[in-house]
Amino acid sequence: MQPPVDHYLFLSALLFCIGVAGVVTRRNPIVVLMCIELMLNAANLGFLALGHHLAKMAGQMYAIFVMAVAAGEVGIGLAIIVALFRTRETIDVDEVTELRL
Amino acid sequence: MSSHALSFLVLAALATGTALAVVLHRNPVRSALYLVAHMLVLAALFLKLSAQFMAAVQVVIYAGAIMVLFLFTIMLLNLGAGEIERKRFSVGFISAVVIALVLAITILGGAVWHRGLMQIATPVRDLRMGGTAEAVGFALYDPELPWLFAFELTSVILLVAAVGAVVLAGRRR
Repeated sequence: MQPPVDHYLFLSALLFCIGVAGVVTRRNPIVVLMCIELMLNAANLGFLALGHHLAKMAGQMYAIFVMAVAAGEVGIGLAIIVALFRTRETIDVDEVTELRL
Repeated sequence: MSSHALSFLVLAALATGTALAVVLHRNPVRSALYLVAHMLVLAALFLKLSAQFMAAVQVVIYAGAIMVLFLFTIMLLNLGAGEIERKRFSVGFISAVVIALVLAITILGGAVWHRGLMQIATPVRDLRMGGTAEAVGFALYDPELPWLFAFELTSVILLVAAVGAVVLAGRRR
């Protein structure tokens, strides 16, 4: 007997919130990117749990697209960090404030 | 307690613990390694949800490719531990923690109070093959279903990401 879908959704929400906490507290952009990965994975868990519960393939389809977008996002994010480090010699998110008004 | 519920509890505890370790560790390399462990635990949870193909993709793409990219970048930039995370417990840090806590209480409280999902009866299985590569392929490439066009668009996203990464990180001048 599977645990009810609520348990999976609760775990998914918990992991998402841990990811949010990491994004708003950490100052190393690489770790911030990792925490965004945590959040995307938590969303994937929710999709798959609901897809399993409702016996639909749609959950897995959405999870596939989330993974593809996450792969592209990591590539771009790490490239931005490398470019930032080249020009600034620091990647502290509190020091890099060119976009601030 | 059934073995299913027990394995879920163990996996959920492992997933939460590794996620917390990712957030709390000061050394980015350790964070990345804990994130690999987190991905593997999530792959096990995907298997429990009979999404076998997604579990394999999770291991190969996330725990394999993406985490190697992360570790490569950390090593390339040679970021030691504690170089960045020096001043903690500033006003901004505390307000950030408060914001995260408020969001967590809101979402988790909603998840606890709104328990109506369990009443939806599981319909007759059209998910006969579970999440094998065959089933996923049939659903993804079925022209009757809406996924085919989105799948083709995904290739454009990945192409743009690859070109963008080369342009951004490539040598200037």
